[in-house]
Amino acid sequence: MKVTNTEFSTMTDKASPDSPMIKNIIMAFLFGGAICTIGQLLSNLYVSAGMSKLDAGTLVSCTLIFLSAVVTGLGLYDNVAKHAGAGTIVPITGFANSIVAPAIEFKSEGLVMGMGAKMFIMAGPVLVFGISSSVIYGVILWIISNI
Amino acid sequence: MASRIGKYTVYFTNRPAVAGNAAIVGKKEGEGPLARHFDKIYEDTSLGQQSWEKAESAMQTEAVKLALDKASMSPANADYILAGDLLNQCIGSTFGLRDLDIPFLGLFGACSTMALSLGLAGVLIDGGTASTCIAVTSSHFCSAERQFRYPLEYGGQRPQTSQWTATAAGAAVISGTGSPYLASATFGRIIDMGIKDANNMGAAMAGAASSTITDFFSDTGKQPKDFDMILTGDLGSIGSSLLLELLQRENIDIASRHADCGLLIFDKDQQDVHAGGSGCGCSASVVCSYIMERIKSGVLKNVLFVATGALMSPTSVQQGESIPGIAHAVWLSSSKE
Repeated sequence: MKVTNTEFSTMTDKASPDSPMIKNIIMAFLFGGAICTIGQLLSNLYVSAGMSKLDAGTLVSCTLIFLSAVVTGLGLYDNVAKHAGAGTIVPITGFANSIVAPAIEFKSEGLVMGMGAKMFIMAGPVLVFGISSSVIYGVILWIISNI
Repeated sequence: MASRIGKYTVYFTNRPAVAGNAAIVGKKEGEGPLARHFDKIYEDTSLGQQSWEKAESAMQTEAVKLALDKASMSPANADYILAGDLLNQCIGSTFGLRDLDIPFLGLFGACSTMALSLGLAGVLIDGGTASTCIAVTSSHFCSAERQFRYPLEYGGQRPQTSQWTATAAGAAVISGTGSPYLASATFGRIIDMGIKDANNMGAAMAGAASSTITDFFSDTGKQPKDFDMILTGDLGSIGSSLLLELLQRENIDIASRHADCGLLIFDKDQQDVHAGGSGCGCSASVVCSYIMERIKSGVLKNVLFVATGALMSPTSVQQGESIPGIAHAVWLSSSKE
């Protein structure tokens, strides 16, 4: 091969089109913003129905997760996500989708070893590192508040 | 009797022939530019099966059956069946060919499997140890995605460099009479250009394609102008442009006669496949229908079919390894001599 790997890497970068960053950023903003707006509207609705702000917040999360799961189950989530990108991944909807999608996918290997075991194949790291860091922060907070 | 010429090429003096060929594809492929050339299009890519893997197996079974029918042969006529696919342990092939009762040569060449199987079939036949062989391979978008990438309903975005795994199977029955003929096989070496991006397979494989094509021309003394088409398997748009550049550095110009199955099977602009089609079934279905028919009818006389594969697994990528490529070349000809 007359071309070194370094040279080839440069050739590859030149030949490979970049993702359309501007378009992706705008779409993520619009879709993500829309989801958050829906969340806010739901929160307002729940509060006006007599809930405390805290309870309303929890129910908003539940509602968005539920809607995301249904949309994923209907096979529509990925069609939206293709355009929305980070806009559907970053909010809690992305988390729900990342659990429901493998749950559907791996049902063919049975409920236990397939669906049950592989349901968290994408969300696993979020759970592990999210929960671990909240434990650490909790300990730090406890230490600070007891000094 | 087959003989080696040069360093890497096996030349078939008594050219084995394609007695029957068939291609089965899925919905997206059936909406592409080559739709009318395929033997069967399945709108329902599950083929009525319980899993994607079983669907892929069913496609192989059907491709082999159709190819045998066209060759007026039965499985009992075949001395060997050479098959492989992308799935772990090649279960697509095993379960698709389980009931055929033919000595089974399981192969792994990733997306280069069609050329690998055709080439080996030629070696076995012109080497004098077989009269009839079947070469078959397949890929399925859904079974490949769940193994290599993400669950189907996951809301991720695919980069511009990614390719679309074709849902397709192609089979060829190779024997003494038929058309086209296999003139030679050049088996490639593993070529690693250091590409680590699993979303840019074209770049990972271009080096291997360049290496095998260079070897073929060097071994045989042939030139690009001796071929109507130099057809790569699934380099896609990025891999193809890199291949042309790499070959230019070797003073080989194939630009005017290069085609890529990944760019033939789908309409890149209309079908949202980013850099083009990929998968073992991509080149298998295109070659075992459109290309072979055009050689039979005399539109194409000599085609150098170079299928490429990316030899990686999700594990190797996660461990930080680069993605080595492999390319095997088979010279398909309309003439017996």
